[in-house]
Amino acid sequence: MIHAPSELRQDLRLISEMVPEGARVLDLGCGTGDLLAWLQAHRGVNGYGLEIDHDKITACIAKGVNVIERNIDEDLSDYESDSFDLVVMTETLQAVRQPANVLDEMLRIAPEGIVTFPNFGHWSCRLHLAIRGRMPVSGHLPHAWYDTPNIHLCTFADFEALCTERGLRITRRLVVNGGYRPNRFINRWSNLFGNIAIYGLARAQSRSTVPRREPSS
Amino acid sequence: MTAVPSDSVGIVVPQHVAFDTPLPLSCGEVLPRHELVYETYGELNAQRSNAILVCHALSGHHHAAGYHDAGDRKPGWWETCIGPGKPLDTNRFFVVSLNNIGGCHGSTGPSSINPDTGRPWGPDFPAITVRDWVNSQAMLADHLGIDTWAAVVGGSLGGMQALQWSIDLPDRIRHVVAIACAPRLSAQNIAFNEIARQAIYSDPCFHDGRYAERGVAPTQGLMLARMVGHVTYQSDDGLREKFGREVASGDLELARDVQFQVESYLHYQGRSFSQRFDANTYLLMTRALDFFDPAREFDDNLVRAFRDARASYLLVSFTTDWRFASERSRELVDALIRARRNVSHADIDAPYGHDAFLLPIPRYIDVFSAYMDRVAIETTEAARR
Repeated sequence: MIHAPSELRQDLRLISEMVPEGARVLDLGCGTGDLLAWLQAHRGVNGYGLEIDHDKITACIAKGVNVIERNIDEDLSDYESDSFDLVVMTETLQAVRQPANVLDEMLRIAPEGIVTFPNFGHWSCRLHLAIRGRMPVSGHLPHAWYDTPNIHLCTFADFEALCTERGLRITRRLVVNGGYRPNRFINRWSNLFGNIAIYGLARAQSRSTVPRREPSS
Repeated sequence: MTAVPSDSVGIVVPQHVAFDTPLPLSCGEVLPRHELVYETYGELNAQRSNAILVCHALSGHHHAAGYHDAGDRKPGWWETCIGPGKPLDTNRFFVVSLNNIGGCHGSTGPSSINPDTGRPWGPDFPAITVRDWVNSQAMLADHLGIDTWAAVVGGSLGGMQALQWSIDLPDRIRHVVAIACAPRLSAQNIAFNEIARQAIYSDPCFHDGRYAERGVAPTQGLMLARMVGHVTYQSDDGLREKFGREVASGDLELARDVQFQVESYLHYQGRSFSQRFDANTYLLMTRALDFFDPAREFDDNLVRAFRDARASYLLVSFTTDWRFASERSRELVDALIRARRNVSHADIDAPYGHDAFLLPIPRYIDVFSAYMDRVAIETTEAARR
């Protein structure tokens, strides 16, 4: 029995609308399990979250969300190819050791993926670095450079280039502002004005032609 | 003993039940009648939906919580987890704990009298499997009027019984909590069990298992067996932390009559165990452990073993448990995910090895409590419907 939050953060709501009814979902870095609780209660999904933060794991268990204590950087190879319908990763990409490898694994484990991450190309980051000459610190990236878990920050443009390089097809892109809300203006100038993007990903048409590379880092 | 702590179930009285219905066993034999000794803590609700079965491990028994009398020095073996406000909260749950058949604490086992011969069963007591225990526990559930357990819970060999429940009687169990558990023993596990068994066999007092008839007991062998087992339940770090190279007696300088602390500890553990445990039961229990392998009858496919299960699972492992390592719990998790079962897994960082499941480790208790809270809420909601 799941106790879903009555209000779901806007970006998670946008993601939940992209999840098919009854899907098997793996959530990488599932946090306190809000998305999975919602999906289980409202979309009947069979979902599992991977998490390493102890308090967040307990929070998931308290919600009745399936949570597995696993490190995304080390343990994804244990999951069989196509064992899920969808792999979701919200605001975790920037914290993994080998983002390219994790993306490859996501689209191996499931035919579709959803990825969200904060935009390091946002105008405020650019301005921060340009004017103050210091690594940007903001609401979405609150840590100082030396103790941040966000070790692989990128811009939307960087991410899209990586997807092309890894043979991943971007099926959908929604950009939201700092309040996790979409608007038309930032969609047009997303790499400058978007705070967080939600990408729908799929394998390129013919999977066998996708070049398999070793992790880049 | 001073006053009973407020988070204890207090004084408990063991109960007995005798079943005259024959119990067919996995080995092909039939136990014509058997007795079980058990304890219960908390109250069964009107819907009979809040019952929790606690399954014991290799050397456990029915006395899991509370005290037998005011003079007791020690409470039951799982006092850390059973009682008011504890994970198995007796304000909310009706907790049942029994001594399994084959045991030596009051349930029918090798030290009971074989009605056919009028002598102790000894080595003639049939081989028992985890499945047999589940079937006998189901008879106890019937006796108590419990159709469905809210959860079946256990550590180590106890966790294996919980897993087997979910496979064999899927409609009678809603949750499994399997702590420091494994889907089957490794060759190394079996090897340690065999060393323990050989220690017992080689005791001159063993007499092919018929020691009771001669009024003796292979205590030396059982002591050795327990010492081997005990080392495997601890971690290297745990032993170092507890004893280091401290000397209990003798002179290290002269290398004379030296006994390290860890040696005297092991002697004490082995000796006290050998005085209260039956060697034939130890043999039977280690065999049941060795044989446990629910995947075997599904072409060694653990996913298929869980395919018809209906329960939700909580698995807990401990980072320094090398007897049933975290990796073994991960095997279970992966199979359960593939079988589309609800499952959560926490890997608790604790230096105490396999025995950690008996200890009040804060994160372990938090995770266990959070899960049991969900079980309790579900039980209440089900009762309202």
